[in-house]
Amino acid sequence: MQKLLLLGDEAIAQAALDAGVSGVYAYPGTPSTEIMEYVQASKQAATNNVHRAWSANEKTAMETAIGMSYAGKRSIVCMKHVGLNVAADAFMNSAITGANGGLVFLSADDPSMHSSQNEQDSRYYGQFAIIPIFEPSNQQEAYDMTIAAFDFSEKHRIPVLLRITTRLAHSRSGVNCHYKREQNQIKLPENPRQFILLPAIARKQYNELLDKQTEIKKDIENSNFNAYIDGEDKSMGIITSGIAYNYLMENYPDRKCPYPIVKVTQYPLPQNHINKLVDECKTILVIEEGYPFIEEQLRGLLDRCLSIKGRLDGTLPRVGELNGNAVAIALGLPSTPGEAIPDIVAPRPPALCLGCPHIDTYKALNIAMEPYGKGRVFADIGCYTLGALPPYDAISSCVDMGASITMAKGAIDAGLNPCVAVIGDSTFCHSGMTSLLDCIVEKTPITVLILDNSTAGMTGGQTSHGFGRIESICLGLGVEKEHLHVINPLPKHHEENLAIIKKELEYQGVSVIIPLRECVQTLKRRLKSKK
Amino acid sequence: MNINIILAGVGGQGILSIATIIGNTAVKQGLFLKQAEVHGMSQRGGDVQSHLRLSDKEIAADLIPMGKADIIISVEPMEALRYLPMLKPDGWVITNTNPFINIPNYPDMQALMDRIDKLPHKIAADADKIAKDLGSARSSNMVILGAATPFLQLEMKDIEKTIHDTFISKGQNIVDVNIKCLHAGRELAEKK
Repeated sequence: MQKLLLLGDEAIAQAALDAGVSGVYAYPGTPSTEIMEYVQASKQAATNNVHRAWSANEKTAMETAIGMSYAGKRSIVCMKHVGLNVAADAFMNSAITGANGGLVFLSADDPSMHSSQNEQDSRYYGQFAIIPIFEPSNQQEAYDMTIAAFDFSEKHRIPVLLRITTRLAHSRSGVNCHYKREQNQIKLPENPRQFILLPAIARKQYNELLDKQTEIKKDIENSNFNAYIDGEDKSMGIITSGIAYNYLMENYPDRKCPYPIVKVTQYPLPQNHINKLVDECKTILVIEEGYPFIEEQLRGLLDRCLSIKGRLDGTLPRVGELNGNAVAIALGLPSTPGEAIPDIVAPRPPALCLGCPHIDTYKALNIAMEPYGKGRVFADIGCYTLGALPPYDAISSCVDMGASITMAKGAIDAGLNPCVAVIGDSTFCHSGMTSLLDCIVEKTPITVLILDNSTAGMTGGQTSHGFGRIESICLGLGVEKEHLHVINPLPKHHEENLAIIKKELEYQGVSVIIPLRECVQTLKRRLKSKK
Repeated sequence: MNINIILAGVGGQGILSIATIIGNTAVKQGLFLKQAEVHGMSQRGGDVQSHLRLSDKEIAADLIPMGKADIIISVEPMEALRYLPMLKPDGWVITNTNPFINIPNYPDMQALMDRIDKLPHKIAADADKIAKDLGSARSSNMVILGAATPFLQLEMKDIEKTIHDTFISKGQNIVDVNIKCLHAGRELAEKK
């Protein structure tokens, strides 16, 4: 047995390798990125020839993982919570097909939106698809439950959703890595029609999914990962899930909570434990990280039989990440913040790096847009979203991967002409190509800037699928050669770059300008490793 | 034994190098550890912090509750003050006084130093200068770590061993200068 100091993300990666995974699939996204990065750096993964290259987006990643499961081998696909929206089509239907080789979907939620546009809770997706959800509370459980998820998936022939949040993903602790298993051999599904979702077959498969639920619920009620922990004071019972359990225990230094607790780490909710708690306690406090998922199920429409406290009645904050202090207040214990932040402390928001190519692009774009006024630049997800902040103040939108081009098109369709889309090379390959195709088919008078820094910069410099291909992709989609420009965003080229942007803004068709210069961070790292 | 540490700085300043050395030393001594880090968007020149918790018993939460940190170790003076709500009333602040100025409204240096001076328990020094005088401007984080060592309940020898193991791939000279910086920091604390 090996004790390693691992991030929650890394514990999941190591567990997947130890569980005999044959393929890890992912698109980078905070806070899930480190899972794939760990696998890519792992000797064990290399020795066992585990698939570990990035995918174009979460949907292609998930479909490939499903294909590997079809072939009888184990696979895991890792994404941030909003990535699950991109993969949702594959996700929902994979519940109907079921799994062959063990199939685990990892979604890392980001409550408090440290690096995200929303704080959606992936547990609703698990419930929507009617598949089991595992939600570890610490790094050791992240390891143990990843292995358990593969077993559960193979036993019930169903994909398992593994849900973590930022604080577990990015926190390090000692983990006992105690398991080792070989990869599966190729083995086609026993039922050759399992993965053919023609309506007649899908109806049968859907019934099978529903029939499986009885066995799944039984296993989860008997699982050691869910627990009923007795307490003497029955004036209140506590239901807590995932890492919220830790914030509860933080308030009892001897780890003895006076109230009985149901600790949930697997869903569907363990009815046996909850029944016992409700039989004993008239008031129930629900402590969970994310949306009030458990709380809403308890309250339902008949929210009057029990006294329920949680995020919906203000006992805990409705939004944002939990912490020990918020839970202390919910328990009626003193919260003891230190001295207030002195007034002299100025905010220090993230900023584009010194020498970043996006700086030069925004400088030129801002000048080119001056005659048309504000509100016409639609941006996307990446470092260049920081163009929303001073001194650039250059963009008017950031909604979802690829939305820059299609939102600009919608505004142009509405009569706001000209409009510009700003999108990075990796984001363009993730979800921008189809948006551009819409513009080409309709000859939309749009100017698209594909900021090509040859990497996925914001998540730390992962390989971009667009590397060396952006120009040919655009030509292949049908962008006219005379309206496709590759420029070098450096201060010394400012005037010529400005002239190109100005000229293309006037063109009443699709123009694509590719400011191409490597991210300064990856450049620095590359030069250092060359030394 | 139970120590809660807030590490503070600006994205890119390498606060995690301090966390790694404390963490690896603690784990070798058989202590429990939890270390919450900041990855993602804030790393781009924004304020960053890490919660580092050491204990001889299992640790519950990854985050230190407000008002429960024993020390703030900061590699930047303004960032040291940002986390005062986390600090215990009798907690210590150990900070580099060399500013990292990447915002237009960075406060007046004198006013900032005056405010740090008012803290009841602090060690504040220009770690960059000390490290530079010792021959390695890049080792300023080790000076700050050295100044924090009296509060860590870890043996200096063990910390030195971890520094050795961390830097030996870069050569014995790098190891030596980092250990020198560690001791220079320790001396600052002992003078207090």
